Amino acid sequence: MTDTDIKYLLPEIPELHKIEVYEKEGGYEALQKALAMKPDDIIEEVKKSNLRGRGGACFPAGLKWSFMPKNSERPKYLCVNADEGEPGTFKDREILEHNPHALIEGTLIASYAMGVTTAYVYIRGEYVKWMKLLEDAIEEAYAKNYIGKNIAGSKYSVDIYVHRGAGAYICGEESSLMNSLEGERGYPRVKPPFPAQFGLWGCPTTINNVETLANVPVIIKNGAEWYLKIGVEKHPGTLLYGVSGHVNNPGVFELPTGVLLTDLIYKYAGGIRDDKKLKAVIPGGSSTPILRGDSIEGVRMDADSLIEAGSSIGTGGVIVMDEDTDIPKILERISRFYHHESCGQCTPCREGTGWMEKIIRRINRGEGTMKDIDVLRDVADNIEGNTICALGDAAAWPVQSAIRRFRGEFEAKIKMEKTVAA
Amino acid sequence: MLNETRREQLDKIIKRYPYKQAALLPALHLVQEQEGYITKEAMQYIADYLEIPYGHVLGVVTFYTMFYDKPMGRHHIQVCTNISCQLLGSETLVSHISKECGIKPGETSEDGTFTLSEVECLGSCGTAPMMQINDDYYENLTVEKVEAILKSLK
Ligand SMILES: Cc1cc2nc3c(=O)[nH]c(=O)nc-3n(C[C@H](O)[C@H](O)[C@H](O)COP(=O)(O)O)c2cc1C
Ligand code: SF4
Ligand code: FES
Repeated sequence: MTDTDIKYLLPEIPELHKIEVYEKEGGYEALQKALAMKPDDIIEEVKKSNLRGRGGACFPAGLKWSFMPKNSERPKYLCVNADEGEPGTFKDREILEHNPHALIEGTLIASYAMGVTTAYVYIRGEYVKWMKLLEDAIEEAYAKNYIGKNIAGSKYSVDIYVHRGAGAYICGEESSLMNSLEGERGYPRVKPPFPAQFGLWGCPTTINNVETLANVPVIIKNGAEWYLKIGVEKHPGTLLYGVSGHVNNPGVFELPTGVLLTDLIYKYAGGIRDDKKLKAVIPGGSSTPILRGDSIEGVRMDADSLIEAGSSIGTGGVIVMDEDTDIPKILERISRFYHHESCGQCTPCREGTGWMEKIIRRINRGEGTMKDIDVLRDVADNIEGNTICALGDAAAWPVQSAIRRFRGEFEAKIKMEKTVAA
Repeated sequence: MLNETRREQLDKIIKRYPYKQAALLPALHLVQEQEGYITKEAMQYIADYLEIPYGHVLGVVTFYTMFYDKPMGRHHIQVCTNISCQLLGSETLVSHISKECGIKPGETSEDGTFTLSEVECLGSCGTAPMMQINDDYYENLTVEKVEAILKSLK
């Protein structure tokens, strides 16, 4: 199905953030339906729907939920990841602002399905405005007994609390997020054990992204069959694509998975500013491999298509760069970010991100050598796969891909300096 | 240390968790909201209140960039210089603000009016370039807009 008009996360309904409006539009019907279902049947339905995580890794949501132990004597928890820190990503805040009840309803259905009795929304510390908006919506839902004791006339009780972070990108990583929630420094944990076995305070825990959970109500309401027909079957639904950079009309666009990257850039985001040519695109947030502008013809925005194109869908944050962009300079900024945000637990990440930043800066200053390019690639290769959490990989991929696809730009900086010096 | 309203808020927050320590980040936010930054005395107070070691509180305060252990300017200007903002001229904004306020990134003006920081992505890339001043976001910035904003704050 290529119906680009389907919008259930950000439909154009005025005041949808208010619970009365949300209810009038059929909101909380999915919750009623879910509460009449067996928890396992909900998990089955979500599995059948192929819903995949929107936090960057595309992990199947239903499968993740099924890892939670059924008969646990310990309490079970759900953490809603609203840390939204990956550069180029600005979509979850749209849900928090315009459709917070979809997130709340999805959180409630997920909690019921897994037998969770407390859900925490971990929101990045800078999102003060959006935290307040979400807290208002939660308060409304408590007042209407969708949250709290015996919700909506059922035997099920659950609480939802908002927990504010304090400015550390690493706390978006799920195990770091749990440590942070516990009042620790945000160091990622070694896995296994996985959160479903040993999560918050050692109890079974699931972590899901805001957008993932906001997809759940329509799946329960309309069924997996319906959902599977939106976009690409193996990665269905709509995505909130955030397009930023050198485009005429940047913003968040809700469209089915599998839209053409060129359509996103030229049709929806209005094309490149000042009629310039496209040089490069980062398709899914700063950690996803950079693509050459001349290689995106026919590339579609879904998990498999982007892997085939040599990148990744990530968070769906598309960063567009025109012909005048200095790629090594952009890469220096990206590397500075990962160096700054490395928590320092693993040597390859702590040292490697620092070296990468230094070498790229050297090249940009015109003090680099040809050998530096290979050293840079080696450092990135040595970080990838050798760290506790995926921040190491996230730091390595931009470097590896920029060298592979824009090597000439790095060499030019080095050669130019040589010519000037001579 | 915390005034009565905030102490009541904290007591309510503590109840949300099975262990008091989980209220540490919220508690530190409350302190900073009240005092502007977090002193050693405040850390000790929070440590006692949540029944955790002082060293733990100190470790947490230093880990998170949003907690300040020294006074900041009345207006904390935080300019995002990450990729989407960089592509649309955040560097120019930083140097402009720097000149206007007479401070470099990381510094506070002598009269304590402004602190300037370069920060990482604030989740506003679609309205880049942007900055945050205290709790508020200012988006789709131009040099002219920044000038007007600074003027209104002086
Ligand atoms: C360094 C790092 C930062 C991350 N930041 C976020 C984030 O801000 N928001 C998010 O939802 N997931 C983030 N993730 C992914 C989470 O670890 C986790 O996979 C995700 O929240 C799971 O939700 P999902 O399965 O619904 O996508 C991050 C991962 C890493 C390695
Ligand atoms: S990979 Fe980096 S950020 Fe992740 S745990 Fe290791 S040092 Fe910390
Ligand atoms: S890069 Fe500046 S807000 Fe995201």
